[in-house]
Amino acid sequence: MKLGYKFNSEAFNMLLENLKKKHRVYAPILLKGKGKFSDTDLVGYDEISRIEEVVFTHKSYFSPKETFHPITQTLFYFNENDYREPAVDEKGILVFLRSCDIYAVERLDKIMLENGTTPDYYYERLRNKVKFIVMDCQDGFESCFCVSMGTNKTENYSATVRYENGFYLSNVLEDIDGLFSLYGEQVEVIPHFVEANNQIVNVPQNLNLEAITENPIWEEYGSRCIACGRCNVVCPSCSCFTMQDIFYEDNPNCGERRRVWASCHIDGFTDMAGGHSFRRNNGERMRFKVLHKISDFKKRFGVQMCVGCGRCDDACPEYISFSQCVNRLGEEEVEKRG
Amino acid sequence: MNINTKKVMKNGWRIAKDRNITCLRIRVPGGYLPVKLLPLIQEIAQRFGNGTVHLTTRQSFEIPAIPFENMTEINSMLSPLIEELEVKIGVKIDDLSKGYPSAGTRNVVACIGNKVCSNAVFNTTALAKDIEKIIYPNNPHVKIAVTGCPNDCVKVHMHDIGIIGQVEPIYEASRCIGCQACVKNCHKVSTGALSFVNNKVKRDASRCIGCGECVLKCPTAAWTRGGQYYRIVIMGRTGKKNPRLAAGFLEWAEREVVLKICANLYNYIDQYIDRSLPKEHVGYIVDRTGFNLFKAEVLRDVNISPKTKLASYLDFAGYTYDKNVVYKN
Ligand code: SF4
Ligand code: SF4
Ligand code: SF4
Ligand code: SF4
Ligand code: SF4
Repeated sequence: MKLGYKFNSEAFNMLLENLKKKHRVYAPILLKGKGKFSDTDLVGYDEISRIEEVVFTHKSYFSPKETFHPITQTLFYFNENDYREPAVDEKGILVFLRSCDIYAVERLDKIMLENGTTPDYYYERLRNKVKFIVMDCQDGFESCFCVSMGTNKTENYSATVRYENGFYLSNVLEDIDGLFSLYGEQVEVIPHFVEANNQIVNVPQNLNLEAITENPIWEEYGSRCIACGRCNVVCPSCSCFTMQDIFYEDNPNCGERRRVWASCHIDGFTDMAGGHSFRRNNGERMRFKVLHKISDFKKRFGVQMCVGCGRCDDACPEYISFSQCVNRLGEEEVEKRG
Repeated sequence: MNINTKKVMKNGWRIAKDRNITCLRIRVPGGYLPVKLLPLIQEIAQRFGNGTVHLTTRQSFEIPAIPFENMTEINSMLSPLIEELEVKIGVKIDDLSKGYPSAGTRNVVACIGNKVCSNAVFNTTALAKDIEKIIYPNNPHVKIAVTGCPNDCVKVHMHDIGIIGQVEPIYEASRCIGCQACVKNCHKVSTGALSFVNNKVKRDASRCIGCGECVLKCPTAAWTRGGQYYRIVIMGRTGKKNPRLAAGFLEWAEREVVLKICANLYNYIDQYIDRSLPKEHVGYIVDRTGFNLFKAEVLRDVNISPKTKLASYLDFAGYTYDKNVVYKN
C-alpha cells in the first residue's frame, strides 16, 4: 500500500501555512503579465502561500533550478583587508517540480558535487536544504520526451501532489514536520507518471565523433541559431556560471564577488584571457551543447545530461528543436551502420 | 437629378467623378472585421456596384459605381454592419436603417497590434474601438490612428492624433546574466537607453521610448513588462499646403488621458473652427490658434500623472509647397 493523504484545499493550505514556518515553498505559478509579449503571462517559479496558486496544467517556462541555484549569487563581500559571506537563510527549501526536473537536479548534483576534488561549497550549502514535492504528470505536454530519457518516474521525493475531483492527493515518503499526517486524511495514493510522450527521441548510442564534427547539419543550425541562450537558461540541467568581481562605483575598495549563470550559446562564453574564443560560430556552439547533453556527460557520469523536459524546444525563438536534432543524429547513425 | 450633396456626403456617400454615380464608404474601426460581414459587402458590390471594392488607406471599404437612386435601399441594408461594427462597441446611432450618421470624422485605424504582432505593446484594436465610441458620429474632419509600437506600421505620424504604445520595462537585477542582448539591441534598433555598468544594466529613463525590445530580447525575464502607456503625436498631415509629420505632444500618458484628449479635441474644434469655410481641418485650426490654446483646451480636466511628459512646443518636420505662402512680398 502506498501511504498517502487526501486534502481539500483548506486542509492543503493549512499544511502549506505550517510548512512555511520552517521552509520557503516554491512552485510554478502564473506570473500575470510577465510573458515576453504584451498581455501574456508566464509560468515561472516563486514562493507560494496557497495551493490554488500552483499551475498544474502547464509546464513551467523556467525550470525549478533557480530556486536553489540562483541566477545571481553573491558569494562574499570584500574590502581591502577582509571578506565576509552573506548570511544564509535558515529556512529549508521545498520545491514543487516534476519527475524530469528531479532527474535534472541529480545531474546538477553530479557536476556541482562530484565533478571536482571537493563539492562546490556554495551549491551544496543550498542544495542540502532542498526537499522535493513532485507534481504528478497526467499526460505530459507537447514537447516532453522524458520517457525516451528514462526520467518519467521517480521515487526521489518527500511527497507528490495532484489535483483530482476537488481534492489534492499526496503520496508521502517523508512526512515533513509531521504535517501531512496532521492535516491530511490517510488514503492510498499512487502517483501518476506518464508512460508515453508525443515526442519520441532515439538517442544515438555510438556516435562517431569525427563524422559528427564534419556533419553539415551544424552549418544549418549555425545559420538559424541567433545565440540568444534561451535554450540554456530554461534548461534544468545546464549548470554553467561565470564569476564577476564588482567594485562599487562610490568606493572601489569595496565590492563583492558574484556568480551568475552562463550560457554556452551566448557570445563570450568561451572567451579566454588573450582574446581567444573557441566555438565562435553558432553551429559549433549547438554541436557542443547537443553532444554535451547526449554524449559527453554520460561518458563521465554514466547518465545522460538531458532529461527530456522539452523546455529548450518551447523556448527557442528560431524554432530549433533540440529533440529533433538528436533524432537526426540518431537516424544518420542508423543509415551509416545499415 | 436633384440631390443634396452635403447630406449625401455626410451619410458616407461620395460625390464622384461620374455623373449620377456614387460610392459608399464602410468604416471598419481598428481595421477589425468579422468575416461574417463580408457577404453583405459582396452583395452590395454585386447587386448595385460593379462587383469590386476598393480597400482604402483608412482600413475602410469603398464600394464604387453605385447609382444614386439605390442609396436609400442600400442604407437600409447596412444595419447589420453598423450594428456589429459600431453599435456593439458602444457608438450611439439612433436610426440604423438610415446608413451612416456622419462621415467627417474618419475611421479610426490601427495596426494589428498584440493580436498577432510580437512587437506590439498593447491591444490596438481595443483602444481603437474605445476611441471610436467617443468620437463617432461627428462631423469635423479628424483623423486618428493607433499603433502598437514605435515602428508605427500604421503611420500615425500622418494623423491629427497618433497614438503609439509604450511599455515601462521593469528590471530585476538578480535575474540578469549579463548577456547584454538588451543593451546591444536597444542601441541597434532603438534609442540606446541602456548601458552596462558593473555587470548589470542601467536604463536612462529619459531616453527610453518604451518600445519593449529589451523585454523581447532578455532570455531570463530580467526585463519584464510594467505598465502600458501611450505617446501621443499630433497634427501630422498630408495635403496641398503643408505636409508634415506629427509632432510629439505627450509621452507616458495613461489610457484615460488618451480618451479624454480625443473627446476634448471636439470641444476645441467647436469653439475655434472658422465657420466661413466649407470645412476646416483641425491641423489648420491649431496653426491659427497656436499650440498653447490648443493645449489648454485639450488638457482641460485631464489628470496628468507625474510620469507623463508634456511637450513645450510642437517640433514639426514638414514643408510648404508654395513658398509664396511663407515669403510674402
Ligand atoms: S536539453 Fe532541453 S530537453 Fe534536455 S533537459 Fe535541457 S531543456 Fe530539457
Ligand atoms: S534558443 Fe535557439 S536560437 Fe537561442 S541559442 Fe538556443 S538554439 Fe540558438
Ligand atoms: S506598429 Fe509595431 S505593433 Fe504595430 S504592427 Fe507594426 S511592429 Fe507590430
Ligand atoms: S523599452 Fe526600448 S528604448 Fe526602453 S530600454 Fe527597452 S529597448 Fe531601450
Ligand atoms: S538581456 Fe536580460 S540577461 Fe541579458 S543583460 Fe539584458 S537584462 Fe541581463
